[in-house]
Amino acid sequence: MRKFAASQAESIIRSIPMPVYLPVEKEGLVEYARYEEGVKLALDTCKTEKSPKDVLFPQWEDLMHFRVEGKNITLTEQERCSQDYVLFGARACDIRAFKVLDKVFLADPVDTYYAARRQHGIIVAMACGEPLDSCFCGVFGVDPAEPEADVILWKVGEEYYADSRTEKGKKLLDSWPTQPAEEAPVKAAKADIAKKLDSKPFAHLNLKGFDGDHMKELFASPKWKQLSLACLGCGSCTFACPTCQCYDIRDYDTGHGVQRYRCWDSCMYSDFTLMAAGTPRPTQLERYRQRFMHKLVYFPANNDGMYSCVGCGRCVRKCPMNLNIVKVIKALGEGNK
Amino acid sequence: MQVIANAIKKRALELLADGTVARVLGWQPGEQQSDWSPALFESADDMKDFVYGKYAGANLSKTCLKFNKAEGKTLVVLKPCDALSFNQLLKEHRLNRDKFYIIGAGCKGMEDENGLLLKCQCCKGKTFEVFDEVIDDEESRRLPPSDRFEQVARLEKMTHQERFDFWRSELSRCIRCNACRNVCPACTCQKCVFDNPDSGVAAKANTTDFEENMFHIIRAFHVAGRCTDCGECSRVCPQHIPLHLLNRKFIKDIDELYGDYQAGIGEEERTPLTTYTKTDADPGVVHERGNE
Repeated sequence: MRKFAASQAESIIRSIPMPVYLPVEKEGLVEYARYEEGVKLALDTCKTEKSPKDVLFPQWEDLMHFRVEGKNITLTEQERCSQDYVLFGARACDIRAFKVLDKVFLADPVDTYYAARRQHGIIVAMACGEPLDSCFCGVFGVDPAEPEADVILWKVGEEYYADSRTEKGKKLLDSWPTQPAEEAPVKAAKADIAKKLDSKPFAHLNLKGFDGDHMKELFASPKWKQLSLACLGCGSCTFACPTCQCYDIRDYDTGHGVQRYRCWDSCMYSDFTLMAAGTPRPTQLERYRQRFMHKLVYFPANNDGMYSCVGCGRCVRKCPMNLNIVKVIKALGEGNK
Repeated sequence: MQVIANAIKKRALELLADGTVARVLGWQPGEQQSDWSPALFESADDMKDFVYGKYAGANLSKTCLKFNKAEGKTLVVLKPCDALSFNQLLKEHRLNRDKFYIIGAGCKGMEDENGLLLKCQCCKGKTFEVFDEVIDDEESRRLPPSDRFEQVARLEKMTHQERFDFWRSELSRCIRCNACRNVCPACTCQKCVFDNPDSGVAAKANTTDFEENMFHIIRAFHVAGRCTDCGECSRVCPQHIPLHLLNRKFIKDIDELYGDYQAGIGEEERTPLTTYTKTDADPGVVHERGNE
């Protein structure tokens, strides 16, 4: 266990000889961004507006360019990430979300764009000292006091306690000016976090009944009509969600060739997975149902029980109509009746 | 507000019981104090969850589109500003008046967890443009003083560059979720050009970072003269972009160039932007307006 003064954090970040992505405040909103001199760090922010999903899976990325010159077509493929970088200050829920994304992108056939970014990232996590009312990561087995990272930081008073969990984490931590520290304050901090999370309104949601065995029953529930009524189909939930991983690949005509890009897509949209014969989900009810069935039923049924919700609560805060996964779990879960 | 809420609930139950309406469109409480959602109630039993009060900020007029062809009448609870949106939709033949029973609900300003909603800080009025009955009290008719064009005027005083920088910065946060478009009662195309893969502009990604900026400006042009300033666009924006200021700029310009006009008022008529009079401003007026 090591420690350093909170006031030293920025100088440590500045000294890291590779790109660092971390929560930064800009005009009142905190988002992950690359560190540069002069940015306003927001390491204490429990919940960034969007998750750090962008670091591994950006909202837009070029895949390749085709350029037409006379009778020749030249193809330039986008280079894969080849440089190590640090994701600093990530929270336990968002890091668990990477494991959900891994199931999708690292399964055969491996997504090489994602895999390269995943491989080169070093994750310095921040334990969640102040969970918010919208947090319910514990329901999905996430421990906000012990994120699954390379290095973990715990804030105790005006100091950060730091411990590494992997070889590359140890190497990074060893390069920082830190002092040896006792385990006891971290133990107390962890107990405090557990107590705080336990007192949150959604801490004890019951997931009983959300599994492959209840798939047909849940799918056919008459409650989806009311649950989805006010849905605007805006997809804010899917964009803010750390585990939503659907994307579209499109060609943009540049006038002298084609730029092939990938962008986030959303099951909330009317043209999502549109086929020649039309859409299998003609109204917002089907689209809305799809999103939650995927998170709570289809994904765990296909991935050894791993839910694709991590309880970050962003959808609870973001939905303009206050629809969210908590309402779905309460309305349809057997354990919440 | 509780008195108004109880009276609305009582009336809705009566109208459901005697068959005047087949369903009620209102709000239900959420999991936290302020996270109410629009909801549909189809029986007296459903109505147990019905609420009305300071967290009923959502404008239900556009949701009415879903019930235009439903069997029987739908009772909808509208606040004064919502009634303007509803009436605008009637004027555009998007809603069928006969399919709705409107209870005008007295409003004292709506809130969310951060206090009074932005749209309520500039309340536009307490009268109901369209209704079957009004459930109100004296207190909810009191209009707080406000100047809804104050921020617009401040933007107008900026230089071109300052204003450009302001909007570039605000709009750079846009994630193109289209919540503003989807909630907007003036945006009622059955198929938006941006959702149509055949349009060639289905914008799931922006080819340049200027594109989403243009989207909002063009959308504001499209709803100009029809936007009632209901403020839902800014309320629902997950990135907190003050989109209502674009609309208010158009409203202010229309007021100044063609005389005071409030979209959503009156019955079918020629509106400032769909009619011509000899006293209309010449296009050249743009050279005399703005700074620099």
